[in-house]
Amino acid sequence: MWGKRTAFVALAGAMAWSVSVAHADGYEITPELVEAAKAEGTVVFYTATDVAVAEKLGKTFEEEYPGVKVQVERAGSERVFQRIGQEISTGIHNADVIETSDAVHFLMFKKEGWLASGLPANVLKDWPKEEQDADGQYAAYRAHLSVIAYRSDMIKDEEAPKSLADLLDPKWKGKMVKAHPGYSGTIMTATYAISQLLGWEYFEKLSAQDIMQVQSSTEPPKKLAQGERALQADGNEYNVFRLIDDGVPVKIVYATEGTPLVVGNAAVLAKAPHPNAAKLFYAYLFSQEAQQLNSDFGGLRSFHPGVKEKAGRTPIKDIKLLLPDSAGQEKEMENIKAKYEEYFGT
Amino acid sequence: MTSTVQAPVFNRGIDFSKPVFILLAAVLAVLVILPLFWLMVYSFTDIDRNVTFDNFIKLVTDRAMRRSFGIAIGMAALVGILACVVATPMAWLVARTDLPYARFVRILVTASFVTPPFLGAIAWEILAAPNSGILNILYRWIFGLTDGEFLFDIYTFTGLVFAISCYTFPYVFTLVANALDRVPSDLEDASSILGAKWLTTLRRVTFPMVVPAMLAGALIAILQALTMFGSPAILALPAGFHVITTKIWSLFQYPPKLELAAAAAIPLLLLTIILLRGQKWILGRKGYTVLGGKSGAPRVTELGKFKWLAVAFVFGILCLTVIFPYLALIKTAFTETIDAPLTWESFTLKHFNFVFFEFSATRLAVFNTLLLGVLTATICTVIALVVSYLVSRKSVAGAGILGVLATAPVAIPGIVLGVGLFLSYANPTFMLYGTLWILLIAFLTIEMPAGYQQLSSAFQGVHPELEEASRILGATRLKALWQITAPMLRTSVVATWCFVFIGTIRELSATILLTTANTKLVSVIIYDLNESGDLGAISVLGLLLLVVSFIVVYIASKMPLGAGRLQPRG
Repeated sequence: MWGKRTAFVALAGAMAWSVSVAHADGYEITPELVEAAKAEGTVVFYTATDVAVAEKLGKTFEEEYPGVKVQVERAGSERVFQRIGQEISTGIHNADVIETSDAVHFLMFKKEGWLASGLPANVLKDWPKEEQDADGQYAAYRAHLSVIAYRSDMIKDEEAPKSLADLLDPKWKGKMVKAHPGYSGTIMTATYAISQLLGWEYFEKLSAQDIMQVQSSTEPPKKLAQGERALQADGNEYNVFRLIDDGVPVKIVYATEGTPLVVGNAAVLAKAPHPNAAKLFYAYLFSQEAQQLNSDFGGLRSFHPGVKEKAGRTPIKDIKLLLPDSAGQEKEMENIKAKYEEYFGT
Repeated sequence: MTSTVQAPVFNRGIDFSKPVFILLAAVLAVLVILPLFWLMVYSFTDIDRNVTFDNFIKLVTDRAMRRSFGIAIGMAALVGILACVVATPMAWLVARTDLPYARFVRILVTASFVTPPFLGAIAWEILAAPNSGILNILYRWIFGLTDGEFLFDIYTFTGLVFAISCYTFPYVFTLVANALDRVPSDLEDASSILGAKWLTTLRRVTFPMVVPAMLAGALIAILQALTMFGSPAILALPAGFHVITTKIWSLFQYPPKLELAAAAAIPLLLLTIILLRGQKWILGRKGYTVLGGKSGAPRVTELGKFKWLAVAFVFGILCLTVIFPYLALIKTAFTETIDAPLTWESFTLKHFNFVFFEFSATRLAVFNTLLLGVLTATICTVIALVVSYLVSRKSVAGAGILGVLATAPVAIPGIVLGVGLFLSYANPTFMLYGTLWILLIAFLTIEMPAGYQQLSSAFQGVHPELEEASRILGATRLKALWQITAPMLRTSVVATWCFVFIGTIRELSATILLTTANTKLVSVIIYDLNESGDLGAISVLGLLLLVVSFIVVYIASKMPLGAGRLQPRG
């Protein structure tokens, strides 16, 4: 599906890389960059972040840098991935900056040579080394968790599950909603982490619980908000934060076994139609302002040291995390999807 | 022009039949054969395009795949049966009895026909989701039950069959009602004169005459159900089962298995061809339908004391297909959340504000949808008109092939066609991906069979005498077609146009693979929003889509076409 252009694109990528070696300590936002970006006028952002959060980020960028418009194209991670694959393989270069919540995608993008090199200076300085690509092609723009959550008006706090194992209790039969690893990068990462920890028997037992199966990891919290189900077996933490901010009676459970951490990488595309605007927007994505906005308004976790988490949210250092392993996950993807379908039917 | 000495006197000077035939054959061949060609190539090759049968072996040995086929076939068959059981008596009541408000009933059936099935499915989620569904909330409230009790669960196999039937039964209804409008009353009169009771006449005379129409309608309903993507994606996936279209769609998830997807489409293709053959066979055996008869008005049966029972039946059905779902959409559009009570406090315009002012995609999507709808409907109707003319009048040797080409896409499910079109046009040669052209091509291909079927059956009802007269008087073929035949077919042409327009704006299965940021359509945004659970915004967009459809259909039905305008049948 990726076409024959790969070799050519890879070559372009390699050239871009050799250029970036010269700037190994990252780039800053300079007045020249801003001017060049304004001349291009637009930046196209393919993202898997919740649409309201992504649009808000675009708006604040436009206020900060008037003259550069942000075109936000939001879809689920796997849809974003499918779209960019279709486009690049047919020679269409529409996207400037890309972001998905499936770290495996970026391994593949890099392999195909679709990414430009060069990270903003603050990322190279402040980000943990494992959250930035060694060749400077992508870095962790955001992180979030896949959590258990429940409607506190439908389930009493003392009866609420405390662990993943608690979800297997027959009393939750017909009460749970869950997203799909074939559709959602977040759930793929989470499913891999949990299957490594608890084995597939866990999912086999979970599948007997008569679960409502939705696709995107943004959906389970919305089903809680609707009152369609009382408990989510997995789903985005940040959507639950936003529901809490809106006054919906929902509570998060950080499972005693651990909570899967999902890292969303972002990158500039090698053949971005607006290379300077892309660079500017990319640097903005990692700025304290944008990262703080992601945290406050979007409920996302940040690797920026200056970001303050809202009061009432459990700081990430107090949560037992299941860390992602994208290389291991990449090898297991087919198996995960097959197993999942075997147990859950889709 | 040259001389009138020689006979025959047909004007052959500027007869465009031949060039038109060649042009159409070329256009249709490209539209149909190119995607099918790529589909075949992919299904019989591996990732490096080496010939292999592995894809089919995988298809047969994969349990999940076999299961999705079984479920899809079962679902489609049940939809067909349900559509017949509901629509046939309804059509009879409307066309042949003194049922009150019959006209209004026809309008409401048209409304459920215009409703995109995926929108209907979403409306039924709002109504009958086990916990948050409005009907279930009412049920619990009325009987004082606790949470967790429910009356309906739309996320089930039966729920899916029901939700699809609601929006496919109009096919059966329309065809049967039209047949009943046309069937002359002579035979029925003869039957009653010979002493048969009305029920006997109904059973032995009227019913057999509409069986072909009923079967034809059921077949369309079955094909629609079999190839539908939106409703199963919305209702079957949460329930934890796949039908064949959602299964094919899932093969596009990373890493995409295009070859298997192409191979999975082939059985669907074969099944469709078998069904179409079956229809031909049945129709061939029972060709009762009398078209263009010169009998008087159809017989009207008086319902007498059953009148109100019939009204209850008909409106009960309409409540399920149109009235409840529309009310649910309206309620959701104007309240904060779907389970909010209907009070002044919960009234809000925030979803309208979001859709029209905050959501950046709306305006472009509405524009694209309308543009493509009008273009597709117009081009498709013109091509279908000319093709059915050439085929039915056999004016050019080999015209039959056009009919075959125009019908062939019916056998290709939208999602499969999406794949084929993507493979055909999204390459450096054509570079059509990311443009509206690829969508126009997709819609033309998808809608051609429906357009052609409608117009060719209309042509069969028009005797060529008048055309011949016109040609003897010096008109060319095209002139005769335009001046004589087209006006006589006015109703059918307008109906076809509307049919195609509606089909286009509600298309989702092929569209979902072919749209990009700049070529968004309303149906796709609705699907995207459903993914993120924004039911309020969906309701607003859905209502917008419906209002626009109704307006377009209304205008089209008022549009004069050609020189002569036939009086509607009395």
